[in-house]
Parts: sequence; structure tokens; C-alpha cells
Amino acid sequence: MPVLKMPTPLRSYVDGQAEVTVTGATVGEAMQSLVTQFPALKAHLYNGEGQLRPFVNLFIGESNIKDLQGLGTSLGEDDKLLLVPSIAGG
Amino acid sequence: MPELSHEEILRYSRHLLIPEVGLEGQKRLKSSAALVIGAGGLGSPVALYLAAAGVGRIGLVDYDVVDSSNLQRQVVHGTGTVGRLKVESARARLLDLNPGIRVEAYNEPFSSANAMRIVGDYDILIDGTDNFPTRYLSNDVCVLLGKPNVYGSIFRFDGQASVFYAKEGPCYRCLFPEPPPPGLVPSCAEGGVLGVLPGTIGTIQATEAIKMLLGIGSSLVGRLLLYNALEMSFEYVKLKKNPNCKICGPHPEVTGLIDYDAFCGVPGMDHEQGSAGMDWDITAVELAEKIRRSDPLRLIDVREPHELAISSLSGAELFPLGQLASRLPELDSAQEMVVICKSGMRSARALELLVSAGFRKVRNLKGGINAWSREVDARLPVY
Repeated sequence: MPVLKMPTPLRSYVDGQAEVTVTGATVGEAMQSLVTQFPALKAHLYNGEGQLRPFVNLFIGESNIKDLQGLGTSLGEDDKLLLVPSIAGG
Repeated sequence: MPELSHEEILRYSRHLLIPEVGLEGQKRLKSSAALVIGAGGLGSPVALYLAAAGVGRIGLVDYDVVDSSNLQRQVVHGTGTVGRLKVESARARLLDLNPGIRVEAYNEPFSSANAMRIVGDYDILIDGTDNFPTRYLSNDVCVLLGKPNVYGSIFRFDGQASVFYAKEGPCYRCLFPEPPPPGLVPSCAEGGVLGVLPGTIGTIQATEAIKMLLGIGSSLVGRLLLYNALEMSFEYVKLKKNPNCKICGPHPEVTGLIDYDAFCGVPGMDHEQGSAGMDWDITAVELAEKIRRSDPLRLIDVREPHELAISSLSGAELFPLGQLASRLPELDSAQEMVVICKSGMRSARALELLVSAGFRKVRNLKGGINAWSREVDARLPVY
């Protein structure tokens, strides 16, 4: 099953896990699977209309899904989805 | 281009030996001007290496004073400069390292009122700030003035670096059109940071700045470096220009500098305020009085478990912020509660969450347990 690599700042929302196993054939389904498992993340990652918030950047390999087919981008069984966080520390 | 003195030729001899730098490159650095935003964790190595490399004019923007809790990572400062303005502390250190350069100190909050004036005088900006409003401001001013923005950002063991240069590639807003909701991503003051991490990322920023000034090599334009110190991993992802970018796209909506505090939903400067708003705060002294009177009260500590070993209040119950939403059934809205964290920021967000869930008898310990240490019980350490 595909896995989602969780960035450190969001790990407290997923019981401290570095990777979360998700289900789904597309990125959109995988993200739904994530927030179903960890409902506290939903309000942070999705807006009121059920769309991913613009600060959420997901990559498969080196490519941003925004440059592929967005949430409709297909996800293989062995794919790793990378959530790149917006961090501000300096 | 300025000539190099014999003294300078000796000082920079290891640069002059590299064909990609050489005498011409060193003169180019001498005639360059770089602006470092933030004289903290990232700004320290950035400024030190730019000064050592002979960048002729370095600007430093910071509005803070050196605190002893900075010294674990902010290596441009020292124990002897605790309490001094960061820009002055850093300026003295840089001039000691290289008296042949100019260091210009801006002890003022970097804001939409002064950003164009300050940045306009430099060739490149290096973003080493610690908050979202200043990051968006740095980006926007660079896009509007056509300057490269060497980006670096850190959290705990994670670092990011890139060069945002709208003339040649994407800008910061192409990647992050808007900041995360306030409270989702903790700051280093709340979440901590490995002291050596800004050394790694800041040194990468200095490298990129020097390469850009020299016009050599392949820059991080169009690439984001993701570094994890714990795994010792370096990953790259590709960044593309966002055709709908509000500032560098073909139809920009942002054509001037905006009010970034409002845009980001958080203040850009007073990042350790630790207040939930007057009506929702309780001071450490007030809380101590309630405890002394044995008022019925639940103390909800929203820090991480490992922080309890540093300091804690007797009887406080641990509800780490990340778990609070799913543990609401353990709380009773009829009971009075005080939420507590290190300095009042996470607890302010916990309070927000509780209020939105219908809790009303809840107050935020203003300034956190650190305020308790300062105002009530000095036996607890401030951290």
C-alpha cells in the first residue's frame, strides 16, 4: 500500500509516526484515507469546501502533484507520497 | 570593479586559487552587497561566511536582543553580548572576522514600510527569519524589485533551502500561496530546534548566495532541498513557476507590499507574546491565588511529555496539543480549566480549540509556565 511521509511538524497529529500507510488509487483518495485515520488533521489540511488548502504541497518522487493531475494523480501500490510542510523557523 | 590590496590578496588567497573565483570573482564579491534578514540561527552562519568570503557590504536586519537561550545555535553572538542588540553584537563579530568589509545594521522591524527602501540597496537577500509574515514580505519585496531571495527554514531536525528568483524560476508564493493556519506548525521557540541544524542550512544559504553573486554553478532556483539531520538525508523536489501565482504570475494581484500580519494571521514580531487575548488570559499570580484558595480547577498542560521533566505544576494533567481534539471527551465543560504550556502560545491555541468546541470556563496561563517561574516560583527553571 502507498505510504505518506509525514513532516516532523505534523507528526504529533499522527501519533508521532514518520510514515502513515494510506489506501486509495489516487492522491485524493490517499489524503481522504489519512484524515479518516486522523480526523484532527482534516480541518488543518482541508478548507470548508473540502479542498486541500494551498499550503499543502504533495510530491511523488520529485514532482509536485500540482504539476501532475492534482488530487486525481494516480498512486501506485509502492508509491511514496511526500508532504512538504511550510515551516518558518530560523 | 574595486582593486584588491596586497593584504586582501593574502586574506583571500584560497579563493584566488580556485579558477571559478579567481581575482575577478573576489573583486566581484568585494563590490557586492548582501542583506541578511534575521541575525539568529540561520543569519549567524550566513553572515559569518559572507563576511569571511569578503562580500563588501553586508546588511543585517533584526529587532531583537541576544538572549542566553539563543547561544545554543546563534553562533555569531557570544556570552559577552547577552542583552545587547543582535545587529550590534553580530556587527562587532563580523568586523572582527573581516575589518575590510562594511556591515550595516538595521535595528528595526522589517515591515512593508521599510522593506523596499532597505532591500533596494542590496544585490541579494538571504532569508533567515523565524516567522511567516517576514518570509512573505521578503519574498514579495524580492519579486517586486527583481532580486534573488536565498531561502532557508528549519524545525527540530528538518531543514529546507532554495533560491526563489522570479526572473529565473518560481517564488516562495508559487510553492506556498498562503501560510498554514496559525497554530498548525509550531515555531522553534515552541517546538525546539537542533542547535547545529541552522549551521547546516545557513551554510547552504551562504553557499548559494556566494554562487549567485559570482554567477557560477547550478543554483537551487527551481529546486527545494529537504534535509533531515536525524536520518542524515538530503532530498530534492522540483519547483515550477505557478501560472496563477498572485505576485509573480502573468496576472499579479499583489502589486505592492501588504499587511503581512493580517495575511498570516499571526504577528510577525512579537512571536513570544503568549497571550490568548485579555479576557481569556489568567496571569501566573492570579492562578497562584486560585490554587492557594483551593478553587476547583483543572490544570491542563498541553506541552509534550518530555517537557514535563524540565518543569511542571503539581496536579496538572497532560493533554499534548496534538491529542487535545481527540481527547475532548475526557474534559468537562462545566468545570473551570486553565491551559498551560511553555510560554502561552500553544495553550492559546488549545484554548481556541476548546472554545470552538463549546468550552467557556477555560483560561490561558499568560506567558506559560515560564511566567510562573518568573512571577511565582523561581525554583522552576525558565527554558
